[in-house]
Amino acid sequence: METVTENTAPVKLTAKDFTSDQEVKWCPGCGDYSILKQVQTVLPDMGGEREKYVFVSGIGCSSRFPYYMATYGMHSIHGRAPAIASGVKIANPDLNVWMVSGDGDLLSIGGNHFIHMMRRNPNIKVMMFNNEIYGLTKGQYSPTSQKGIVTKSTPYGSVDEPFNPAELALGAKTSFFARTIDRDPKHMQAMINRANGHHGTAFVEVYQNCPVFNDGVFFIFTEKETKKEECIFVEHGKPLVFGQTENKGIRLNGFKPEIVELGNGITKEDLWVHDETDKTKAFILAQFADFSTPDKHFPRPFGVFYREDRPCIDEQITDQISTVQAKKPRIPLNKILSGDKTWTIV
Amino acid sequence: MQLTGMQFTDTSAFLGQDISTFPEYPAEIRAPAGTVAGVSGFQLHFGSKEIFTPGDFYDVIVVMNAAALKVDLPRLKKGGVVIANTSGFDSKNMKLAGYPETATNPLEDGTLSNYQVYKIEVTKHTKDALKDSGLGMKEIERCKNMFVLGVLFWMFDKSMDFTIQNLKEKFAKKPEILNANITALKSGWNYGDNTEIFTTRYKTTAAKLPAGVYRNISGNQGLAIGLIAAAEKAGLKLFLGSYPITPASDVLHELAKYKSNGVKTFQAEDEIAAICSAIGAAYTGALGVTTTSGPGMALKTEAMGLALILEIPLIICDIQRGGPSTGLPTKTEQSDLLMAMYGRHGESPLPVVAAASPADCFDAVYAAVKISLEHMVPIIFLSDGYIANGAEPWRFPTEDQLAPINVKFTTENNNPEGKFLPYKRDANGVRPWVVPGTKGLEHRIGGLEKQNETGNVSYDSMNHEVMTKLRAEKVAKIADSIPLIKPDSGKDKAKVLVLGWGSTHGAIKTAVLELIDEGYDVAHIHLRHLNPFPKNLGELLHNYDKILVPEMNCGQLLQLIKAKYLLPAEGLNKIQGMPFTTAEIREKIISIYNA
Repeated sequence: METVTENTAPVKLTAKDFTSDQEVKWCPGCGDYSILKQVQTVLPDMGGEREKYVFVSGIGCSSRFPYYMATYGMHSIHGRAPAIASGVKIANPDLNVWMVSGDGDLLSIGGNHFIHMMRRNPNIKVMMFNNEIYGLTKGQYSPTSQKGIVTKSTPYGSVDEPFNPAELALGAKTSFFARTIDRDPKHMQAMINRANGHHGTAFVEVYQNCPVFNDGVFFIFTEKETKKEECIFVEHGKPLVFGQTENKGIRLNGFKPEIVELGNGITKEDLWVHDETDKTKAFILAQFADFSTPDKHFPRPFGVFYREDRPCIDEQITDQISTVQAKKPRIPLNKILSGDKTWTIV
Repeated sequence: MQLTGMQFTDTSAFLGQDISTFPEYPAEIRAPAGTVAGVSGFQLHFGSKEIFTPGDFYDVIVVMNAAALKVDLPRLKKGGVVIANTSGFDSKNMKLAGYPETATNPLEDGTLSNYQVYKIEVTKHTKDALKDSGLGMKEIERCKNMFVLGVLFWMFDKSMDFTIQNLKEKFAKKPEILNANITALKSGWNYGDNTEIFTTRYKTTAAKLPAGVYRNISGNQGLAIGLIAAAEKAGLKLFLGSYPITPASDVLHELAKYKSNGVKTFQAEDEIAAICSAIGAAYTGALGVTTTSGPGMALKTEAMGLALILEIPLIICDIQRGGPSTGLPTKTEQSDLLMAMYGRHGESPLPVVAAASPADCFDAVYAAVKISLEHMVPIIFLSDGYIANGAEPWRFPTEDQLAPINVKFTTENNNPEGKFLPYKRDANGVRPWVVPGTKGLEHRIGGLEKQNETGNVSYDSMNHEVMTKLRAEKVAKIADSIPLIKPDSGKDKAKVLVLGWGSTHGAIKTAVLELIDEGYDVAHIHLRHLNPFPKNLGELLHNYDKILVPEMNCGQLLQLIKAKYLLPAEGLNKIQGMPFTTAEIREKIISIYNA
């Protein structure tokens, strides 16, 4: 008998292996291009077989994402990606499930599914492209749009209080929250990698510029002139430092953050050292914008705010089945059909 | 009262009698006891001949208080038996039941002079029997039902053994409660035996049912195990995504018990998430199921459209109740048929099947799963509150008697010229089922219109028309694989045909069989498959002079039949949250017959 030995050595995949044959149809200059590129760049290094990846999305510009990935994927219906992705992961925990959504899709029409997904913690990686606007429906304000924004549906300015996605996710018990931005590819790649390494629902908010309906809303965080003053990149175990020449920092006074100038006796030793496992401090980070006053303007934090290792629902469902099966053998179908009490008619 | 009813039912069934039951209880969990709104009833029809309904009118009613008498007396046959708990007729209970202050006790004032009345001090006797039990008053009060059950067992000459065995299992860890229940039960029996108030005892022999092994089954149980059986026969894992809703929740409860068989149940945050999680599960190759009732169906419609355009299998179970809106949650109706047929935006036909009786819930859902999996199509299964909660004896099948369900996941590229074509169809118009994890066949699916065969997004106008037709043809072709319809009773040709679907089966069958016996030229056809209809239905319907369609709605099947076959059918419609009585159907058949 002839034995055929197959070459089983893993073939190194490249970004091209994750790129589908479909033409990408986002607007020129859209921040989504960068996100797609970073995901396709990072995925080959994560190991794992391509056929095990499933990208699930809802509806909106961001949700076209799965069509451009050469993995399995489903472009579903508005707001429901968390429920569909949860079904995929629970039914087959072996799959590597990623979810792509936008601020309208995930926090407005899908808000209910979003909070429940956070509390259940399925092992799914969630990327929310936040452009603070409805793009695909051509420019209405979204649940993350800043109050007062003038859009097609708010010609006199929006009167809606926006959601703060970080605060909402933490309040809904997310086990991982990170924020990144479309124009910082390196940081985004790092955040995608961190999300991938997290065991549980990893929620990554990506600030994404919509060049057509909300152009420049995040430019203060991306342009050279303002970036260093307006952004603070947090890293576990490192002090919170920012500013043009890294000359500023954040100090905690009780639960209140304060902006301090380094020097004059204030050193990095005095600053808040970021701890990704501290939920109270994660909430404070999430609320930086709320602490700002006209004379004290807090920078916007980027990075992993919080992470926590806690059980995932997909594993718990599987484990519960195993526990029951260990005590109680599978009931034969004939026994299920007959039930416990039968009688015979002759 | 529900427990008493169940015990009497199980005992009757065990003795080989035919049974049909109909529990009726308020929508409120603990509606005020003693009030008319709080009456919880259990209707049981048993006997030594074949039975198809819980019965139109009562021979015997057991009333624990004045409110129960008020509710149930109108349906007691003249000369029928009233067994009344006298302490439920004191001034407090009379007031709760809404009798005016000046009213006299109906047990005493001649109201019941046309009936045989047995007044029993149930509360007092139960207390006396249990005075040394060591139990508190509240727990003793709870044993009243066992006392009454004992009296009934004596009256109908039935053994207490079955119930005693059940009590032993139920209260294995509470010996004092067990002993109290058994004592109350036996005291009731002895009361019947020793006092001379009863002049008659009834004896029922076994019914002449087809030989075989039987069990008792409710519609929701039948549905649950039908799903398990179908999943096992198809070799798939069962996944239920559901949100609690009356009267469908019992299916979730039942399936949640089968962890030992790997069944995954997911109680979602809402109806939409419930169906969406099932779609996600089906996408991975599980048997995806969602269970609900009318309001939940309304919420699921967009997701049904997704499953339809994805062309994946999905079982959508609607246990209908009175609508619209919250409507009558605990009452029955057949008013979701047109929603099942048309309740989605766009051109979106789905196959629809309906169960005719509690036991038929098993067969109908099994058939539905087979269609869904073999045709890659979501399917709607309709049941209703009447058969979901009602129970009957079931000559259950064995595993090897169940039809095979053929599922084959595609693992090979179907396109020698290039990339895998996820929407390339077979002769039945069915696309391949590829589950994520299959190497080399990675592809994307979604809710946007797809290019024929490739499944790529396409806004091409001609392609949309092609795809719309292909999806409709696929559903229409299911008719090739469903059995031809034949009359349930009566002949292929008759003067009047009664055409039914769903839970009206028992009442129609009883009425038609009676009339055939009496020499009427009538027949009964009952539809399980509502979309597509059986292929020979139109031809068969034209054989009858007149067609009557009784429905617990305003004429939904009637519309479908008239539109499709252009026949002058007539409806009999009842929208009272209650099933038809046999008499109502009989009367209408006779009036049409003689018209």
